[in-house]
Amino acid sequence: MVNVVWILLLLGGFLTAMFNGRVEAVTQAALDSAKYAVELCFGLIGIYALWLGLMKVAEKSGLVRAISGKIAPVLKFLFPGVPAKSPAMGAITMNIIANMLGLGNAATPLGISAMKELQRLNRDRDSASDAMCMFLVINTSCVQLIPATVIAVRSAAGSADPTEIIGTTLIATLCSAATGIAAVFILKRFY
Amino acid sequence: MIQVTQWISVLAIPVFIIFVLGYGAVKGVPVYETFVEGAGEGIRTAFHILPYLVAMFVAIGVFRASGAMDFLIRILSPVTNLAGIPPEILPLAMMRPMSGSASAGMLAELFRTYGPDTFIGRSASTMMGSTETVFYTISVYFGSVGIKKTRYVLAAGLLADLAGLLASVAICGLIFGR
Repeated sequence: MVNVVWILLLLGGFLTAMFNGRVEAVTQAALDSAKYAVELCFGLIGIYALWLGLMKVAEKSGLVRAISGKIAPVLKFLFPGVPAKSPAMGAITMNIIANMLGLGNAATPLGISAMKELQRLNRDRDSASDAMCMFLVINTSCVQLIPATVIAVRSAAGSADPTEIIGTTLIATLCSAATGIAAVFILKRFY
Repeated sequence: MIQVTQWISVLAIPVFIIFVLGYGAVKGVPVYETFVEGAGEGIRTAFHILPYLVAMFVAIGVFRASGAMDFLIRILSPVTNLAGIPPEILPLAMMRPMSGSASAGMLAELFRTYGPDTFIGRSASTMMGSTETVFYTISVYFGSVGIKKTRYVLAAGLLADLAGLLASVAICGLIFGR
């Protein structure tokens, strides 16, 4: 999918440039852009190092496990078909907390084991269960407490206040998660 | 509410750092060594996304310099104007569900052109942080257990993304002004 978009952008750009007589400007833009990408990357290194250092401490200290008891009632509502004490619910809980904390690398393996546990509870092995769909939608509309990547890119791009978007992001992500969850509750009646 | 949102923005990172390090220290984690180990991963991550940044910067740089971007924005603007969305962030909104690294590259390219501290820059930041890559997540998670019929999940995921986009533009307009 990204493949198609990428080639369309490049071909579209170069063909348009030939019609517009902007070939030289476009060539210059291609070279400048490649150079700027490297400059930006250097700006990202420090913030990524800071953030992933903190994440490592969060991971090793067992923070994820400590929070999991607190969100059990919410998950019971979202996953009515999954027994509360099952391994599936355990993996779902850990994955969601890891995502909220921005522990992307830790979240993916937890998510895959949650999927495997949900597949055990699934009646039709080829078709996604409602619990799987809910789990996936919560994952993709991720309520993330601190959008670390965005802050890093803003800071590297010279923003005067890179973290000013944390509050707005939290509100937007809550809207997006609520919409996703509502969509699952409604759509599951029709499929 | 505007005040509260701003407080969250100011306090989130310091509180998070104090909490994580304090919790780690109380639990007896060697905080400094663990931090350094993670920081090394951070440096590798930054270099890991460099090829994606180059690929996206070049493609969008070419698309923009040729005048094709202006043309696309002009075509899209009647639709986006209805919802008050700046048409400039629409290409990013379409890339977001497909690839995290590619959309991070597009976000940085938007900052370079319009600046991070503008309405476009702030809305794009907020939208980028409020959603995830639906297509990627579906392929990894459903692929791992061999699910073939994904039923309504893509529709629900894209609806959530659309809500995130509309909410981002609305909330940024409210808090920072357009």
